[in-house]
Amino acid sequence: MSDSKTINSVGELLAHARVMETEAYECYQDLAEQMEVHNNNEVADLFRKIAAEEKKHIDKVNARAGDDDIPHIAPWEFKAFETESHGLTGAREVHYMMTPYHALSLALRAEERSYDFFTQVVETSNDEKVLEMARELQEEERHHVNLIKVWLDKEPKPDEDWDEDPDPPVLPT
Amino acid sequence: MSVQPATKALSARDFKSDVKPVWCPGCGDYSVLSSITKALAELGLSPEEVAVISGIGCSSRIPAYLNSYGFHGVHGRATALATGLKLSRPELTVLVTGGDGDGFSIGGNHFLHACRRNVDMTYIVMDNRVYGMTKGQPSPTTEPDWDNSALAPAGTGLRPFNPLVIALASGANFIARAFSGDPNGTAQLIVEAIKTPGFSFVEILSPCVTFRPDQREWKTDVHPSPVDPTEDIGRAARRLMTDDGFNLGVLYSGHRKPYALNFDASVDSLSDLEQQFAV
Amino acid sequence: MTEQPGTYKSVSIALTGAGGAGVITAGNMLLEAAAKSGLYGLFMRSSGPQIRGGEAAAMIRLSSKPVGGPGESFDIMIALDWHNIDRFAIELPLTPNSLVLADPAQGEVPAVIANSGAQIIQLPMKDMAKKIKKGRPNMLALGVVATLIGLPDDIVDAVLERVLAKRGGDALEASRAAVAAGMEIAATYDFDRTLKGDADGGDRWMLSGNEAAGLGAIRGGIRFVAAYPITPATEILEWIAPNLDKIGGALVQAEDELASINMIIGGSYGGTPSLTATSGPGLALMAESLGLAVASEVPVVVVDVMRGGPSTGIPTKSEQSDLNIALFGLHGDAPHLVVAPTSVSDCLFATQWSVHLAEAMQTPAIVLSDQLLGQSKAIIDKPADLAFVSQRSVVEAGVVDYKRYAITQNGVSPMAIPGTAGGQYTADGLEHSENGNPSSQVNDHISQLDKRARKIESFDYGDHWADIEGDGELAVITWGSTAAVVSEAISDLNDKGVNIRMIAPRLLAPALPDKMTEALKGVKRALAIELSHSEQFYRYLKGYFDLPCPVQSYHRPGPLPFRAAELVNEIEKWSAQ
Repeated sequence: MSDSKTINSVGELLAHARVMETEAYECYQDLAEQMEVHNNNEVADLFRKIAAEEKKHIDKVNARAGDDDIPHIAPWEFKAFETESHGLTGAREVHYMMTPYHALSLALRAEERSYDFFTQVVETSNDEKVLEMARELQEEERHHVNLIKVWLDKEPKPDEDWDEDPDPPVLPT
Repeated sequence: MSVQPATKALSARDFKSDVKPVWCPGCGDYSVLSSITKALAELGLSPEEVAVISGIGCSSRIPAYLNSYGFHGVHGRATALATGLKLSRPELTVLVTGGDGDGFSIGGNHFLHACRRNVDMTYIVMDNRVYGMTKGQPSPTTEPDWDNSALAPAGTGLRPFNPLVIALASGANFIARAFSGDPNGTAQLIVEAIKTPGFSFVEILSPCVTFRPDQREWKTDVHPSPVDPTEDIGRAARRLMTDDGFNLGVLYSGHRKPYALNFDASVDSLSDLEQQFAV
Repeated sequence: MTEQPGTYKSVSIALTGAGGAGVITAGNMLLEAAAKSGLYGLFMRSSGPQIRGGEAAAMIRLSSKPVGGPGESFDIMIALDWHNIDRFAIELPLTPNSLVLADPAQGEVPAVIANSGAQIIQLPMKDMAKKIKKGRPNMLALGVVATLIGLPDDIVDAVLERVLAKRGGDALEASRAAVAAGMEIAATYDFDRTLKGDADGGDRWMLSGNEAAGLGAIRGGIRFVAAYPITPATEILEWIAPNLDKIGGALVQAEDELASINMIIGGSYGGTPSLTATSGPGLALMAESLGLAVASEVPVVVVDVMRGGPSTGIPTKSEQSDLNIALFGLHGDAPHLVVAPTSVSDCLFATQWSVHLAEAMQTPAIVLSDQLLGQSKAIIDKPADLAFVSQRSVVEAGVVDYKRYAITQNGVSPMAIPGTAGGQYTADGLEHSENGNPSSQVNDHISQLDKRARKIESFDYGDHWADIEGDGELAVITWGSTAAVVSEAISDLNDKGVNIRMIAPRLLAPALPDKMTEALKGVKRALAIELSHSEQFYRYLKGYFDLPCPVQSYHRPGPLPFRAAELVNEIEKWSAQ
């Protein structure tokens, strides 16, 4: 891990946490909207439910900052530990006929990646305050991962032909 | 330059309108929309200072989804309309958005001349190598052997148009390629494109999940360009000779002076003009 | 001719010669001298297809009264040579009363000229000019004409000085000598067409219809022009580019007409009144985007200087055959404005008015000029300074719950100009709801179609909708450049005791049937006259107006313009039925 990817202050950590949670929250909302437009209300509702959970995380991050301003970082300044962008990159793998199982699988991957991010911070930071905060956030994220897993376990695996649509595409002009 | 230093006055969300996109879930254009809003927010612009101009096609729907000023015009003429707007209102930040059919086929001539004219604006083309809105015909960037269209059941057999080569040859001052699967990297390129004076061209590979499901593989095909941007046209041209179509990043960033018009008056009144007709 | 010297209704002069002969330059100087002498005039030109070196004719008609069209025949023709005379002899009608000056060095007088019976005088212009250092035959011809029509020497000299001053003393002196030689020889001819000008007859202007349209555009508030060169509209662009620059506007040359129309839609969307100028082929290319301007409610003005069509047609000659495309060329139900100037002078007013109408109603206006108006230079009374100011309804910053396409009583919805906080919207060619969001709903489509139609139907156009002259029980209905010739024909008929009314609608779209009915009150029969092979105007009259009387049609295609004598003849035949 290069030094440039090390989180060096609590402010920076909170900035990353907030960018990550905000992006996830907005992305779940967007996905809910997309599903609504495409008449998949079941999955739309589910994405809204997940978004609500994500909103709690944002509130917690803001609460942690207290009166201190969280520094602004541009989306591309995010010190990601992997080549893929942070946020819900799985969003491009959604489908208008997707089932709750697919939605939760997608959410699970995203939450696991968030968890991995904080884990990496814990493993690489030398700053005590950063470590302490990162552990807290890591723990919260673990809870979130587990919550999604509980929801996922209740969903049946979709049939093989879950995406079969007998009608051809008709797109508006 | 109409771009202010980043103050983060507004969030990306503030640049979205309340119109819900009609794109297919999974479409790359959702990410591009997000990248544009992130870029505008990072630039510290206000929605009323920005105008987004488009033609016709799935991606040309973008202006309605933004909270800025917008114009959803006719097929292929967006760069021309944007040119008229920017020339007469130079203080506005003008973006043009559209697809490969809109920009390179019906709008091909305007693309050439927009590059050549080098008016200070940013042209974002969401390239999915297919006509989506008319249900899946080959576009100028479609591979010659793509045979899933009723209009070309054996493939077009035609050499695809290379937008970056044409942009460079025609005089665009900033040329970059992005991938919708990396919305943050894309946002960064859009910011650079807007900040760079003159005509900036950003090709964004943006998969069509409905008619080109094969493009889901693009996420493994794309890779950051192994070399830094150049300001040398010859060098940029040589790089394009070995370009695999999936190099991401800024290819070329030059220093050509943007084309602009002078609206300063030199006479006080119409009668000064009319004098020339007096007998 | 029965008229006495000094009482001629008008005198027509043709100067012809191949490229390099300078007939156009001499013609311009003649017109200017006539203007300074208090005469009215009209200068039409005919050229071969060559860019340089082609045969050219300067055709000038002068009169003590305003001149709207070509004369019946030419009184004086000076042929510096006979190159390709067959090609345009038909444009130069001569009679036994005409005088033709021919240079023996250029060979025999062609039969097509000689057969007219005109008096022919051989004058070795080339040799005479050669005797003067740097002397030119065209200046000699200028001197001849000036004397034959009685232009004062000092005025001719003042024009020479103004035009040639910048070319240096040699050129001026050579021209003075050549003009003097021409005057000297002409004084010996037994031929006089002296015209009496009124040098104190008020302020006069000298300009072409294309220049007038350019000035009208600027007067109306146009500050952005995007255009692609095309004959015969290019002079509008050539005039307006430097003049816009002076007044605080600008012109951009587009890559094609598809771009020009979209550039001006962009400019106008940004709040700058915008215009383009073109001819038929360009208008055809713009048709789709004119529909966009209608749907998105962006005011733009397109000046179409008509030429012979279809396709490339006859680019350098006039025809009134773009009426159909201007009225009906847009797809969908697309209400817009079509305005046609009725004279060179009216090119100014009609264009200025069109800018005003387009801005007030937020819709495209097409100005239907033609080659005859556009490329003819006229001496006119200084046009009145009409204070039409563009009045676009706009919203102020801070507007809340803004609806760009709000349904209003008169159909006009205040426009938000980019930069106005709170006014953000997306202009759209897709059908839309009041707030501009795309919609394919029945109600939105109908209410938006209604409002766009209501805008132009409920507007008060006042008396400018038509030129109406006379009050006879017989009426000629005409339009555009033909109106001036009809007017002259009617005046000639009046002299013969035949009373004819003329109605020339300036506003062609929207059609105003009530106003037409009012104008036709008391009329028993009407005749439609137009320069169109398929009688487009006549069919438009039959289709859009509830005409209270039988209407017949007299029509023919270009490229030859109507002359008053032809129309006098046709109207007489019709009126005697």
